[in-house]
Amino acid sequence: MTLTDKILAAHSGKEKVSPGEFINVRADLVLANDITAPLAINEFWRLGARQVFNSQKVVMVPDHFCPSKDIPSAEQAKMMREFAREQGLVYFEVGRMGIEHVLLPERGLVLPGEVVVGADSHTCTYGALGAFATGMGSTDIAVAMAAGEIWMKVPEAIKFIYHGKLGNWVGGKDLILYTIGDIGVDGALYSTMEFAGEAIEALPMDGRFTMANMAIEAGAKAGVFHVDGKTQEYLQHRATRPYKMYESDGDAKYTKVIEYDASKIEPQVAFPHLPSNTKSINEIGDIKLDQVVIGSCTNGRLGDLRLAAKLLKGRQVHPELRCIIIPGSQEVYLGALKEGLIEIFIRAGAAVSTPTCGPCLGGHMGVLAAGERCLSTTNRNFVGRMGSPQSEVYLANPAVAAASAIMGRIASPEEISGH
Amino acid sequence: MRLRGKVYKFGADVNTDVIIPARYLNISEAKELARHCMEDIDAEFSAKVESGDIIVATTNFGCGSSREHAPLAIKASGVSCVIAESFARIFFRNAINIGLPLLECDDVVRETESGDILEVELVSGEIRNVTREKLFRAKPYPDFMMELINAGGLIEYTKNKLARGL
Repeated sequence: MTLTDKILAAHSGKEKVSPGEFINVRADLVLANDITAPLAINEFWRLGARQVFNSQKVVMVPDHFCPSKDIPSAEQAKMMREFAREQGLVYFEVGRMGIEHVLLPERGLVLPGEVVVGADSHTCTYGALGAFATGMGSTDIAVAMAAGEIWMKVPEAIKFIYHGKLGNWVGGKDLILYTIGDIGVDGALYSTMEFAGEAIEALPMDGRFTMANMAIEAGAKAGVFHVDGKTQEYLQHRATRPYKMYESDGDAKYTKVIEYDASKIEPQVAFPHLPSNTKSINEIGDIKLDQVVIGSCTNGRLGDLRLAAKLLKGRQVHPELRCIIIPGSQEVYLGALKEGLIEIFIRAGAAVSTPTCGPCLGGHMGVLAAGERCLSTTNRNFVGRMGSPQSEVYLANPAVAAASAIMGRIASPEEISGH
Repeated sequence: MRLRGKVYKFGADVNTDVIIPARYLNISEAKELARHCMEDIDAEFSAKVESGDIIVATTNFGCGSSREHAPLAIKASGVSCVIAESFARIFFRNAINIGLPLLECDDVVRETESGDILEVELVSGEIRNVTREKLFRAKPYPDFMMELINAGGLIEYTKNKLARGL
């Protein structure tokens, strides 16, 4: 069995499961946000439910349009807040919240071997911790909130092996964009992506979160990593309960095993309007930008901000460009403050925001006008994703984003720093 | 259950951001969402679409975010079912859960164009292109899924089951 099969078997009372099998899975954590919770709460009441299955296993985070951007958003946030208070749920108010997928691992709410279902497609982020985590819609989440379990089809698995050492300015974002560029936006449809190899073992946790986060952009149900020393170190002061580590068997079945020489992968940029539309940084040409966004559940962690600060230190954001930097959580924000990164950003002429998903989905804090171009460390570049359907979004890592903010066009970090 | 309607055909990777742009996600009312359905890919869609009409698309329909607002907007706009070569998995669950039928069938997608009239029999999986006088067959739904769709979605289905003491 694969790591995924073992977690799902343990959560469905079975000794063994195999791909294609329909099972009822017990959830260790159920998640919703200010956009998806209102629909889920309505369905929860319509179901006739009165109490969630376990108030300490249901988490709600006001992160998408919060701090509330307009009156309808404020109404949605209010509805979620009142439900969370009444039910005694795990809830993080503005000022304490972060982008859900940055926040939950930080708070030790997700641990290896657990099952998480969330009404947000990027719930798959927690696979970085060796958990099985997958996104669902509001109705599924309403049922999961009431029952603590949900039906699933055991996914098939594809194994990705990254050989060699990563080059300068290359990280998790580049590995996942390169992979999606190779297999396509439905290249892992309904499957689990299992990541392994020398480059993965060397990859810091922040980079692993980035990769697992974008598994959905290849159509995957989940993206998973094995637990190792780095995972355990990350969890050392966060985990407050014991956890189980699972490993794929040597003879586990994969529908495909795909291998890459990671040492040859350069920083990647996904062109409009699909995450699979990737090019290496040296094949880009001259693409002028109006805005750069550094943040999101994909690249809003401290390691991402450090990378951006390395390039922005003592330099200036291009006068014809807006650079918006959004720490993914209050912990990240405080860490960046203590390390002096926030001062570097502000002195460089960047805007720094409180945590929010905001511009990633065209909500607020950096929505694009018709004809505008943005390079963003976020996860999707669909038509209209960050604002006007006539705008364009390019996806890249935080170093490329910082270099581009300085140059006013898509630029390689090496243009700024040399080697 | 027999469905009949005019076809609106789309290509690959029709994502949830174009089905219902995030700028409308501060709305949860299905009828209001329907006014903006497919707006960023076909601005006239909500004005043209009539009750019973059918969306046909190629691969990976509904990819992207988990927003249930996407199938809700499609259903409330009057669309009776979506036929595609393949669907993104979260969208698939969401659509079934709210009672919007989806069918996977490569042949019908290849041989159907916008404006054609289709008749769909969900129980047998039979799809007839009335305009081109062609018959296709998709995999029929299992009984429990037909019951779920007929009930109007997962919530009604679960409620009915609970009421029967199952």
